[in-house]
Amino acid sequence: MSRARNPRVIEELRDRISHLEGSTAKKAVVLPFGVREMDERLPGGGLSYGALHEIAGGGAGTVDGAAAALFAAGIAARSKGKVLWCLTRPDLFFPAIAQAGLHPDRVIFCEGDKEEDVLASMEEGLSFGGLAAVVGELVRLPMVASRRLQLACEKTGTMGLVVRRWRRQTEASDFGNPTASMTRWRVSVLPSEELPVAGVGRARWLLELMRVKAGECAEFELGACDAKGRLCLLPHSANRPDTSTWRGSRAS
Amino acid sequence: MPADQPLVVISKSGSKRWISAADTAARKLGLKLGMPASKAQAIVANLTMVDADPSADASALERLALWALRQYSPVVAVDGADGIVMDTEGADHLQGGEDLLISGLVNGLRGRGLTARAAVADTWGAAHAITRVTPAETTVVPVGGVAKAVTGLPIHCLRLPADTIHGLRVMGVETVGELSAMPRAPLTLRYGPEVGRRLDQLFGRMAEPIEPLRTPELVEAAKNFQEPIGAAETIAKYVRRLVGELTAKLETRGLGVRRSDLVIYRVDNTRQCIRAGLAKPVRDPARLSKLLCDRIEKIDPGFGIERLVLVAIMAEPLEERQAASSLIEETVVDVTPLVDILGNRGQRLYRVTPVASDVPERSVKRIGPTADETGATWAAKWPRPSRLLANPERIDVTALLPDQPPAVFTWRGKRRRVKRADGPERIFGEWWLRPKEHAAVRDYFVVEDEAGERYWVYRAGDGVDADTGSHLWFLHGVFG
Repeated sequence: MSRARNPRVIEELRDRISHLEGSTAKKAVVLPFGVREMDERLPGGGLSYGALHEIAGGGAGTVDGAAAALFAAGIAARSKGKVLWCLTRPDLFFPAIAQAGLHPDRVIFCEGDKEEDVLASMEEGLSFGGLAAVVGELVRLPMVASRRLQLACEKTGTMGLVVRRWRRQTEASDFGNPTASMTRWRVSVLPSEELPVAGVGRARWLLELMRVKAGECAEFELGACDAKGRLCLLPHSANRPDTSTWRGSRAS
Repeated sequence: MPADQPLVVISKSGSKRWISAADTAARKLGLKLGMPASKAQAIVANLTMVDADPSADASALERLALWALRQYSPVVAVDGADGIVMDTEGADHLQGGEDLLISGLVNGLRGRGLTARAAVADTWGAAHAITRVTPAETTVVPVGGVAKAVTGLPIHCLRLPADTIHGLRVMGVETVGELSAMPRAPLTLRYGPEVGRRLDQLFGRMAEPIEPLRTPELVEAAKNFQEPIGAAETIAKYVRRLVGELTAKLETRGLGVRRSDLVIYRVDNTRQCIRAGLAKPVRDPARLSKLLCDRIEKIDPGFGIERLVLVAIMAEPLEERQAASSLIEETVVDVTPLVDILGNRGQRLYRVTPVASDVPERSVKRIGPTADETGATWAAKWPRPSRLLANPERIDVTALLPDQPPAVFTWRGKRRRVKRADGPERIFGEWWLRPKEHAAVRDYFVVEDEAGERYWVYRAGDGVDADTGSHLWFLHGVFG
């Protein structure tokens, strides 16, 4: 995408297009991350409600999806209202999710036998309208399915979060295929924060914004979710591990 | 009353008194059904005798059938004076299969102090015969196995009048197999068409639909069609109309529906059922018709549907309540409509709640999706992994005993060098749950490898005393 010369012209054009789209032109409601550098990169200054967002893990996280689930939980924790969490493999350990600020009373789990059940439950949850966010753990997200979910999100203004996790690390190349989601993230773990004593400090993530509609890709090094689900920016570490081996093979 | 005291039930007709039921202790002493009461008293000195009350028995059986109707299957009826028959087709998988359904049923009844025998078979007649003759508590006849299962049974289980049975016995016919091998014409000539009919029903050559039990307090709405209907839109239209009728009836009684059955009668005299359950009593026609219309595709109309019946099998009091004004307090979104929709599609819905246990796999409990909010959360401030393996996986570890974290470990074929580690967090076994855990100890460590991947590993045992565990290492969770 080419950089806009004059952002104001683009903004005007967007307004006119949204007027043309009909009387139901909703005000863009977003959930800011509270990290200035991240919010700047997202249209509207945050993660938009009424849109579908895809999150995957990097490296071993493509299979376990541990960091991706925690990232999704952090977003859901900062929203207000109930959350529907659809999955097929019930290996989520909720005490960890609660440590990211998502109270167990707010989450309703919906366990299905098949991927299609998860998609159907997500769509039903998104078009229900009263939920804050709907999280779904999926292996495959075809274009048609993602478009249906995105339309359901737009209709009710509920946030859809898809945690992509695969059976094998080699299958993760699927993440490059186009979907209708608004943003696409990849969360990879980094060595945790250095402590002056022996021990494991705050977890750190490399968060890649791989795709965003009307925006540009970016990557951030962040401290993982705290007890309220907030992230924080960390200074770039000088001796970053070489992740190019696995990233190069699956670049989208 | 002590359990080993023999007890019999005495029926009366004029001055004749005989035993109509006897418990196990009485049977052991040689008392038989049909024996005169005076003879029984002569055999057993301290015999407890209770007068029979057939009308109370019948009403108790009907209550039991009504309970089964709510619990197990949409088609349940009273079978004779001593049994319940239900159509388990399409209802058994909800209880985990036919075997589990009937063993659960028999165990549940035993828990309430009732002795019952149950059988699942292709036909009503076969199941009726097997339960009354076979001593086994539960029997499942495989599909197509009726002919083999019933040939050896005595003819008194055929639901025939007593004098017919007696006449057949006089002729020397003892078993169902012998009777079915006899030429039909002379039998019909002598005993009427009943013998042939019961045999055909037993072997499934003649349909025998079960007319479901209905009581005056069940609210229902029905629609007969002059021309059979079949199109999905037409069915949906009439389902909506029936729901409207049903909710209007419920409103006059101040009830809301918790469980409802849509019974579909086809022109070829077969029946299908759709059951919709709700988390809370509901009277909203839109919600109820959505639940039923969601599953119209499951209906096979065949040559057409001639009758639709909608029954509120389970109804609970529902009062109108004033909605909270948005000016005063925040509107709390009620998620029960969503829970109903997803639950009726067969998804497992639940919330989780903390349990006061240090053992990780026991610290989470599933509760119903619409259970009251507990407000409780996990108190532990120690980091917990976001994915927990259902079965901890063995890892090969190089570590210093007794309480050093691993230096190197191998998981799923990959060797990882530990860069940072935290621990141990010692978790003791819960001896009050299982005596085996009296001395058990797990030492949990958070380990981080060179790439920054963090894992939750533990050693079974405290590293010194062999009684506390095997001293093997396991990987239990992955941190995000």
